[in-house]
Amino acid sequence: MQIILNNRPAHFEGEKITVNELIKRKNFTFKLLVTKINGKLVRVDERDNAWISEGDKVEVMHLISGG
Amino acid sequence: MYLTVFYALSFCACWRKMYFYKLNMAVRIMTETLIRNHLSHFEVAIAGCGGLGSNAAVALARSGIGKLFMVDFDRVELSNLNRQYFFYDQIGQYKAHALADNIHRIDKSIGLRTSIVKLDETSVTQLFATVDLVIEAFDQAAEKQMLLETMLVNFPEKPLIMGNGMAGFGKFELIKQQQWDKQVYICGDFTNEISEDNPPLAPRVGIVANMQANLALDLILKMRK
Repeated sequence: MQIILNNRPAHFEGEKITVNELIKRKNFTFKLLVTKINGKLVRVDERDNAWISEGDKVEVMHLISGG
Repeated sequence: MYLTVFYALSFCACWRKMYFYKLNMAVRIMTETLIRNHLSHFEVAIAGCGGLGSNAAVALARSGIGKLFMVDFDRVELSNLNRQYFFYDQIGQYKAHALADNIHRIDKSIGLRTSIVKLDETSVTQLFATVDLVIEAFDQAAEKQMLLETMLVNFPEKPLIMGNGMAGFGKFELIKQQQWDKQVYICGDFTNEISEDNPPLAPRVGIVANMQANLALDLILKMRK
């Protein structure tokens, strides 16, 4: 499966994966992430049920403390 | 003969005018009076009056913003004075109130509102309904996330400018500005989290705060009212 992750092409095994699975496979370790599929916000509690499939545009941004 | 020269000259003048007009439109050359007039019609919310919020608010105030709405639940502490726009004799005061005092010392004509509250989803939705732009200036990543998600869901058309990663010193080349959604912009280095070994310091915090204010000006000067 080929997707666009943070504006770059990315390849994953399988036909579809959840957002949490993607976070695990890509090893995003920051505690606080904000995620979107095709421009639509996916909240923390929705990440196990939000599916990513071929051609989707996925954005993962980490937020860090300080201000 | 004279007539031809006259026509040629006036033709050139006309083209010159059109050329400069187009140039002005493209790079938005504005006099300071025009900038201040435009900004005077807009209100910016400052979500958190710490290092980012206090410095961004002051930059906007000096530029001629019409109104500022400052929100923070915290009080000024001695340890804040290494980067936040407060003074020694303000220790113990609510940050939102102290910042309002400081801004009124710069410009008495700015309309100021303050709210002493720890922002959550409900209060963000209520308080920020009328403002034109929001500057995110929280300390904790969890609060940043709450504000970003609340804004995306409730006010997708309202610009939000966030700060993300500005601890430590040096590493100027890592600091950047990024558009993350139609109306969400992020300034910072996206890496340097505050910790005991990586404290927030005046220069880098000030750089990011002023980037946020600079971007706010840019966006507001494109808005109409």
